[in-house]
Amino acid sequence: MNKNIILCGVGGQGTVLASKLIAAAAMKKGLPVMSAETIGMAQRGGSVFSHIRIGEGLRSPMIARGTADVILGFEPGEAVRMLPYLKKGGQAVVSIRGIMPVTAALSGAGYKSEEMLSYLEKQVEHLLVVDTEKACRDIGSPKVLNILLLGAAAHSGALGLSDEDIKEAIKEHVPEKFHDMNLRALAYTHPDTP
Amino acid sequence: MHKEFLMGNEAIALGTIAAGVNLVSGYPGTPSSEVLETVAKRRTSDIYVEWSVNEKAAMEVAAGAAYTGARSMVTMKQVGLNVASDPLMSLEYIGVKGGMVVLAADDPGPISSQTEQDTRHFSAFSKLPCFDPSDPQEAYEMVQEAFEYSEKYETPVFLRPTTRVCHGYASITVKDEAEYKVHNFEGFTKDSGRWVIFPRLSYQNHIKIEARNQTLADDFSEYSRNRIYQACRKNVLLKKGIASGGISFTYALETLEEAGMAKLFKVSTPHPFPERLALSFLEGLTEVLCIEELDPVIERELTYICGKYHLPVKIYGKLTGHVKNAGENSRDSVQENIMQFLGLASDSPNMVSADSALSTDSMPSLPVRPPVLCAGCPHRASFCAVKAAMKGKKTIFCGDIGCYTLGNAMPLDMVDTCLCMGAGLGIAQGVGHMEPDTTCFAFVGDSTFFASAITGVINAVYNQADMTLVILDNSTTAMTGHQPHPGTGRTMMGEIVQKINIEAVLRGIGLKVVEIVNPLDYEASVECVKRVAWEPGVKAIIFKAPCIALTKPSGSLAVSPDKCINCRKCIRELGCPALVISEKQVSIDSSLCTGCSLCSQICPVNAICPPAEKDKGGVCHE
Repeated sequence: MNKNIILCGVGGQGTVLASKLIAAAAMKKGLPVMSAETIGMAQRGGSVFSHIRIGEGLRSPMIARGTADVILGFEPGEAVRMLPYLKKGGQAVVSIRGIMPVTAALSGAGYKSEEMLSYLEKQVEHLLVVDTEKACRDIGSPKVLNILLLGAAAHSGALGLSDEDIKEAIKEHVPEKFHDMNLRALAYTHPDTP
Repeated sequence: MHKEFLMGNEAIALGTIAAGVNLVSGYPGTPSSEVLETVAKRRTSDIYVEWSVNEKAAMEVAAGAAYTGARSMVTMKQVGLNVASDPLMSLEYIGVKGGMVVLAADDPGPISSQTEQDTRHFSAFSKLPCFDPSDPQEAYEMVQEAFEYSEKYETPVFLRPTTRVCHGYASITVKDEAEYKVHNFEGFTKDSGRWVIFPRLSYQNHIKIEARNQTLADDFSEYSRNRIYQACRKNVLLKKGIASGGISFTYALETLEEAGMAKLFKVSTPHPFPERLALSFLEGLTEVLCIEELDPVIERELTYICGKYHLPVKIYGKLTGHVKNAGENSRDSVQENIMQFLGLASDSPNMVSADSALSTDSMPSLPVRPPVLCAGCPHRASFCAVKAAMKGKKTIFCGDIGCYTLGNAMPLDMVDTCLCMGAGLGIAQGVGHMEPDTTCFAFVGDSTFFASAITGVINAVYNQADMTLVILDNSTTAMTGHQPHPGTGRTMMGEIVQKINIEAVLRGIGLKVVEIVNPLDYEASVECVKRVAWEPGVKAIIFKAPCIALTKPSGSLAVSPDKCINCRKCIRELGCPALVISEKQVSIDSSLCTGCSLCSQICPVNAICPPAEKDKGGVCHE
């Protein structure tokens, strides 16, 4: 199995943990993994991304344009920004909730995440928009956004990782007191979840 | 041996521990910081680790350890090397007894730095060998080899990873603890002919260094990480080769593995350059493209070798305009450079072709999303207070390096200058001497204060400057990941030690006016600035409030829609990411708000308060 996965969003949304969990789950299956992510200044509310590559024969962690199997968009506009990396027929899993950049609030221009979502709908054949607003309310924490998207991507089959694979990674890499909440987030979009 | 998923910096740290290092010192700086942190976290009991006060101190501490025969490492980012260059340039002549690795991480882009300087030049300038890893696994092994070379030649050596190697992760094979080398050392032996630098000694050692580097260049031609990959059968006829190093080499290799191999030269020791190996690479070629980041180091070396040996090979790269000369390379840019150079179409069956990417023609305009001060950051409050207090006055706000550099963004617009660590103080003094009617401020964080601002304060007091020093004390080194420093009272060995008190330091230097205020108390802060800035000479305000990333938020505030007149003063003045406009009304994003209450203090109609009070129709912040 060879997979190129891109996670993108706004600094502070939990992309780093999500990419660690994907890597841990893949390694558990005995697969080589490489990844790269934004660390440093941009983490303070700027655009951030992670590239994750799974499979044999990898040389570098960086993904070429048009070769990502999956994009996990933690924010609609950031998903649009990374869209040139998605391969034809690739899967995009995107959170419905937009985050207004300070620059947009200041200029009064506003920022319409709906525009971003409708662009994604037009461009991406396999698009999954997750109603993370409702999900976070139901689960009772805005912090589970990353696991919600991870779950949705896993259920779509595009990650090549199962719920069980990710569940184990959560148990190993997330403090125990958050297990329950995160496991509920993981299962939230599962077709069997009521 | 076992497998671990490690960041490049963690891999370097584990390699360093496996090499039997005895002491690691450093100063935080992106992208280097995780090396020392990981050594501290994973160290065996006999390794000493410290965050030094700055890179110069760190370099000297590591050199001292290596004088005893111990193995030492010093870590820093590329601009930190400028600070450490004084001891380094002399250490070149003295050398070491135990292995010493100078880890200087470069930052092509630059992504989190002031400069795109290239440590490979520093290596040539200081005549010290340089190792340039291309991925985490190689970095893990290379650092262990670097210690061996350092000891063999009794010289410090550079390990120079770049951001994508430092912060790239890979599942790599590392040694178990039982396989770690134990490095025993004999201790310092007095020998003033060896350890005391004098002009005569420097002259003699200069001769030895030049001879040694000739030997090293030959040695490096045999080093397995400098390597030639042969062209595939169909590409041999092209007589074209690619030379590369570092992360760019991995992009080049991947591209060539897909397009068909061309002759490829991997340069892992850019200094001393493996000349003999380069000659066998150049043999039979007519053209070479150099793919590297930052400066054209490999390109210049190959051009020099072609001149020296009268080789009819054209060398292309940054100098010839074939590769862009600034910013980082990407997988895509390298592929484009190589395909163009080899004259290959980019739609060969194995290649990623550009048209498989989606068209971006109809893409909606994307918002720029630069980094901002966090919601609840006390620096925002400090900047607002100074801005309000000095409104209408002729001022200059000299900034410095840290999270608070982000105070330059609109709407705060409170950083008029920023140069390098600690420079704001000197700049403020220089401006003040030339423009006596300007009220000069220098802003500096607590970690930067200890690292490089104290000499600036002494300079100001001694030379009768007129300026206000503003210390933004959030009790940590926030930007690089919350490292402890002399003011925090914690060391990397886990000890609780006496805190060095910034106010006492300033009073010791002779400042008469030093006030401490909580910036999140807006009114008190504005009053404090008005009072202090009026005083003659050098005076200081210490804005003291902990970094919001290290404190528990006190709960989100909310805008009361009945009271809000939608004047948007909060948005216009604060630029807080938690303040958003939703359906043309100001509202607070409860997932971001930390309840710092700065907005409620500047709201002219008291429309912002804790949600419970809002529901009760209670009065906000009075």
